[in-house]
Amino acid sequence: MTELPSLLPHEVDTDLRDAVAKLLEDRSPIDAVLHRCDAPEPFGDGARALWAGLTDDLGVAGLPLAETEGGAEATWRETAVVVEALGRAVADIPFFISAVMATSLAQAAGATGLLRDLATGHEIGAVVTPFAAPFEPRAEVGLHGSRVAGRVSAVAGALESTQLLVPHPDALLLVRTTDATITPLPSLDMTRRVADVELATVEAVVLAEGREAQQAVQRAAHVSAAMLASEQLGLAEYSLESTVQYLQQRRQFGRVVGSFQALKHRLADLWTLLIQARAVARYAAACAGAEEGTAAAHDLPVAASLAQSYCGPVAVKIAEECVQLHGGIGFTWEHPAHLYLKRAKVDALALGSAAWHRRELAKQVDL
Amino acid sequence: MIDAEAELGRRVQEFLAAHPPAQTDRDRFLRARFEAGLAWVDYPVGLGGLDLDNSVQPAVDAAFAAAGAPDNKPQSNVIGLGMAAPTLLQWATREQQERWLPPLWTGEEVWCQLFSEPGAGSDLAAVGASARRDGEDWVVNGQKVWTSLAHTSRWALLLVRTDPTVPKHQGLTYFVVDMQSPGIDVRALRQLTGEAEFNEVYLDDVRVPDAQRLGAVGEGWRVTQTTLMNERVAIGGSVGSRETGPVADLISMWREARADRPELLDDVTRLWVDAEALRLASALSAQAAERGTPGPEGSGLKLAFAQLAQASSSLTLDVQGPQALRYDDWTEHRPDLTTPPDRVPGYWYLRTRANSIEGGTSEVMRNIIAERVLGLPAEPRVDKDIAWKDIPK
Ligand SMILES: Cc1cc2nc3c(=O)[nH]c(=O)nc-3n(C[C@H](O)[C@H](O)[C@H](O)COP(=O)(O)OP(=O)(O)OC[C@H]3O[C@@H](n4cnc5c(N)ncnc54)[C@H](O)[C@@H]3O)c2cc1C
Repeated sequence: MTELPSLLPHEVDTDLRDAVAKLLEDRSPIDAVLHRCDAPEPFGDGARALWAGLTDDLGVAGLPLAETEGGAEATWRETAVVVEALGRAVADIPFFISAVMATSLAQAAGATGLLRDLATGHEIGAVVTPFAAPFEPRAEVGLHGSRVAGRVSAVAGALESTQLLVPHPDALLLVRTTDATITPLPSLDMTRRVADVELATVEAVVLAEGREAQQAVQRAAHVSAAMLASEQLGLAEYSLESTVQYLQQRRQFGRVVGSFQALKHRLADLWTLLIQARAVARYAAACAGAEEGTAAAHDLPVAASLAQSYCGPVAVKIAEECVQLHGGIGFTWEHPAHLYLKRAKVDALALGSAAWHRRELAKQVDL
Repeated sequence: MIDAEAELGRRVQEFLAAHPPAQTDRDRFLRARFEAGLAWVDYPVGLGGLDLDNSVQPAVDAAFAAAGAPDNKPQSNVIGLGMAAPTLLQWATREQQERWLPPLWTGEEVWCQLFSEPGAGSDLAAVGASARRDGEDWVVNGQKVWTSLAHTSRWALLLVRTDPTVPKHQGLTYFVVDMQSPGIDVRALRQLTGEAEFNEVYLDDVRVPDAQRLGAVGEGWRVTQTTLMNERVAIGGSVGSRETGPVADLISMWREARADRPELLDDVTRLWVDAEALRLASALSAQAAERGTPGPEGSGLKLAFAQLAQASSSLTLDVQGPQALRYDDWTEHRPDLTTPPDRVPGYWYLRTRANSIEGGTSEVMRNIIAERVLGLPAEPRVDKDIAWKDIPK
């Protein structure tokens, strides 16, 4: 048997998870998230209070970073615990965008100054790529010396950000958000809104060039895909738990609806998918967090594409069943099931679809 | 821990030095390995083990294999090793354990399971085969069915009704029966694969000593739970390396045939993904069990295993192409279970149909998950509180 890393939560993970869950309960109950979806602007006072709790009070934005980078010397494994908890709550804050995508990219590029800022949570980073596309350098952006120009559509986190990381095929660039034109779009997932980013030949800081830049983007793409699985796991867990709870008390035909075998079997099938998605997400996180040179670290590209091939569709399936099995109430704006459905579908499109990742995987493992 | 492992490694090497595999008779070697406590190391001292954690077993097996030692051909005695042994360990007397466990482990005595009947499958507690007390013996009558390995077995685990006047779960008693007893008639049942791996077994005034009863009279259902729980562990549990298990044949055949059938790439990749997800979930469950918090995952893993095995063996035929229409052997015969059968993909497509039936059907697994894991209401039980004899049959 090949040695697999531990897929079980460590004790510190449980403490971390409880602390984040408590914060979410206080500052981001599901009704508040629902309410915030109607606000014209994202990241208002309520979401900012949650962000401050996470970054200032708990200090989890820099978990995987070294002390010299302003971090907590933990790993992506621990970040995954936070991401999962935020997924359970469909939290409308840019944690995944800034503390995972942007941070993994800055880390891979060795941009220490930027990392220190991102780790405090006072600066928020976003990566200028369409969220529903593979995490790759974009040809829409032109590079003229150290000036960038171009328009990238449907970028997640740009609205909340203060710093934009722009992956160009030849270089990784950093632009202040205030130097760009950000046009908000009505978004399928209003808990993670997208915007068009227009760069009108603005001065950029070059973080990395050539091969180094390409490798940084690739590493960040793998870490991000691996970590997104934990968000998908959180979405799926909550959707299934709330569905089971509802069916345990909803009565029709003189009996609890959850006593109908047709539904029991559907839920059993979903639970069976969920326990596998959990193992896949935990493995991806373990690989992302593994020390360089280990078998697990080496397996990250496989683990990341495996995670996005499996966990994305599972979260979508469970979220769809959650709406269906709630009946009419599940189709209302008032009930939170739609928040999970929208986030799950958008996540499945994000960073490359399941089909795209299966093709990557096939190359990785020689199929 | 490290010291204990090193000490165990030394014991294995000492044993191998004293019993060089090349110069030692197979049965004698295996018996000695049992006596040395190196058979199943988590079993008690004197019963083939050393009271160690079962996590060290793979290292022991690997050391023996590396030395070219004969193994106990576990495939030929799956029910004995997987289910009878843990049941005996929990319910038999020490004297009986000392009699039954050594030849069970060495494979000299094969075991089978006389549970299912024509009228009692998923509803196992409905068994109707009866046992009547007669002096120091019980006299058993009835018919069992789908009994794997009955034709090679020396011993059987037997569930029978000793009191038809109480509700079905209460009137059952559990025995070990000698398959050589007079009155036992084993008849081959031909399966859809062509071969006859299972049987129907007729029991006609078979005498079973009361000493071979496991658990109290009327307590058979409790003993049965031990057997069934271990059955699910045995079917779902093992964690091999990547691309082993149900997808192994599919993947290796794909690598040979892919140039001819590139259109199947995505289908193959999907199953690669499913196989890896199930492997990781099995590993997570095994890690949790080692830490002493076994999860309720067993039923889910068995369900997923059956689905994966069926989908993979089915797609293997697509990958195989025109040759898939050839079958290797329809003749009615007893499969040789001492080595993994070398059969065409079509055979595996058919054989894996049983994965969602044997050891509890997939529908029953879903009921278990829904009720015991998710806490949903139990199925209506119209026969629960009436005497077994009054249940409409
Ligand atoms: C290859 C093979 C080897 C076997 N070996 C052995 C053996 O060695 N010893 C032994 O004792 N038995 C053995 N069995 C028997 C096996 O355990 C039974 O076949 C199985 O438990 C199902 O029982 P049944 O065949 O009576 O089907 P039934 O119980 O009649 O089921 C018929 C259908 O109804 C479904 N069903 C039944 N109850 C429910 C319910 N409550 N909810 C929803 N659906 C339900 C089932 O899933 C199935 O699809 C073997 C079977 C096979 C195929």
